[in-house]
Amino acid sequence: MELALYITNWCKITNQAVILKNKKETFEENFTNFAAFIKNLYKKEQVNYPKFYKMDNLSKLGFLSAEMLLRNSGVLNKYGSEEIGVVVTNSSSSLDTDYDYQELIRDKSNYFPSPSVFVYTLPNILIGEICIRHRIKGENAFFVSEKFDPEHLGLYVTHLFDQGKITACICGWIEVFKENYHSVLFTVEKIEEKVEDRDYNAGSLFNVDNIYKLYKN
Amino acid sequence: MKKVFVAGDNMITSLGFTTNENIINLKDNIIGLKILDDHNLTPVPVPLSLIDPLALEYHFIKVLKDTSSDLSPEGFTKLEKMFLVSIHDAIKNIMMDLKGKKSLLILSTTKGNIELLEKENKKHFDPKRLYLWEMAEVIRKAMGFFNPPLIVSNACVSGVLGIGVGYRYLKSGNYDHAVVCGGDILSQFVISGFQSFQSLSPEPCRPYDISRNGLSLGEACGTIVLTSDSAAVEGQRVIIEGTSTSNDANHISGPSRTGEELALAIRSSLKEAHLQPSDIGYISAHGTATPFNDEMEAKAFSIAGLKHVPLNSFKGYWGHTLGAAGVIESVAAIHSMKKDILFKSAGYSNPGVPEDINVITKNKKNIFDHLVKTASGFGGCNASIIFGKS
Repeated sequence: MELALYITNWCKITNQAVILKNKKETFEENFTNFAAFIKNLYKKEQVNYPKFYKMDNLSKLGFLSAEMLLRNSGVLNKYGSEEIGVVVTNSSSSLDTDYDYQELIRDKSNYFPSPSVFVYTLPNILIGEICIRHRIKGENAFFVSEKFDPEHLGLYVTHLFDQGKITACICGWIEVFKENYHSVLFTVEKIEEKVEDRDYNAGSLFNVDNIYKLYKN
Repeated sequence: MKKVFVAGDNMITSLGFTTNENIINLKDNIIGLKILDDHNLTPVPVPLSLIDPLALEYHFIKVLKDTSSDLSPEGFTKLEKMFLVSIHDAIKNIMMDLKGKKSLLILSTTKGNIELLEKENKKHFDPKRLYLWEMAEVIRKAMGFFNPPLIVSNACVSGVLGIGVGYRYLKSGNYDHAVVCGGDILSQFVISGFQSFQSLSPEPCRPYDISRNGLSLGEACGTIVLTSDSAAVEGQRVIIEGTSTSNDANHISGPSRTGEELALAIRSSLKEAHLQPSDIGYISAHGTATPFNDEMEAKAFSIAGLKHVPLNSFKGYWGHTLGAAGVIESVAAIHSMKKDILFKSAGYSNPGVPEDINVITKNKKNIFDHLVKTASGFGGCNASIIFGKS
């Protein structure tokens, strides 16, 4: 029995639409901004997690992506919390919140604003939010690249599996800058390879072409 | 899987512009943290470890001459200059093709050129330079690296993680060499943020000490050159033996209460290295000197079976240097191992953590073969890496 890395589930959020492995949800309502859209999605999904309202937009998008990705996936039950990795990439790091924070300290009378804004000026906080919510304790990494880089994401996550660090991974791209947003998050697992998948591009094998297709389409 | 060797390094801190200058100052226990009353950076005086701007200019002009480019110093931000000076110094005596197709540049930073958000800095540079990939591209181009750089931005574990990422790529044979460079500078943005948390100490920080009262900030840049080509490494060979990261899954701005997750990362690194805790001769710890961080680390070292291993934090010398910390502290730790010396943990005099850990109180000679470097940061992240003699 040969084992191979598969994309076992995915969740993509962009252009006011949520695309899951088995369904696509679009909103009829036209939201004026990202904040309104993501709040609406949170309510629609009936997630009861008041801390959501304290998060910045980047963490909100990452949090909801993970929520919908993991809801019916079984990954959290199948693997130990220490064996699951979270690897996230994006283009603008935490610049969306960095601009807000700089505005706050421009006002010298408010030079020491609330630490709750400052803490979100690090992109990996969204990994922390996902880990807290789902009790995940395994490998973490946050990478920044101009454009989505499926080759690097594929290689790094594959190395974590091959070098014995993880048995499952949540990985992808979570990007928010002002009104531009795009997220795609995958679960990757090592499972029995189907003969018909031996053809490089078949099925949902975790390879560069498939990762890119899910990001793009 | 290939072996991964350390082929060269550099560190730029308030204690010097080369590894050698820094090591000489560490041997003399010179503290780089100075109480600074500069209203451009902070409304209240706090100890900071700063890079001398004139010295940086001097070193940078030398780099421009050596690279025989038509670039001018005005075209680079302070952090970009530090990256370029550090990389240039680290690779200058290494006879390998470090810039070609089989070589990878990895940059670790938490905030990059964030000071460009300040009004007075806006006019000099394109706001695009705030994007980490644009900053990385400027560095790549100026140095002439072939491949696009990889950028790690994972809070205060960025430096250790950057070295770990390079190790994984070389171990698996994707590349033959990696130049890993970590850097961050101090700005209103960063200092005010830590002040908002009330986590800055009014005196130079005192990791693990009973009277510790918060962290001190510093700016720095460091480079470590990795290769899988053992023949190219001169002198005592040092290899990377294992590395791991973990998450506390507890709080975004406070450490784990138990230390179990940092211990998990250490144990996973030991397993990859095929080592027992008793094989470890020294820990270069994170040691920020905040009450909770140091407590968490002490618990973690105890859980990981490393309670009695001699340990220091370099933060008492040059403060918490954010994305640079993991790189410069790894470089200092590697040179400790090569030179058989353990440096005093600056600022420490009386035990102040729950476990009876072995903090180094004065420089001493010690011959050892393996060391652990750890880091922890916001977002609940932890990282550990093991270096050993080969």
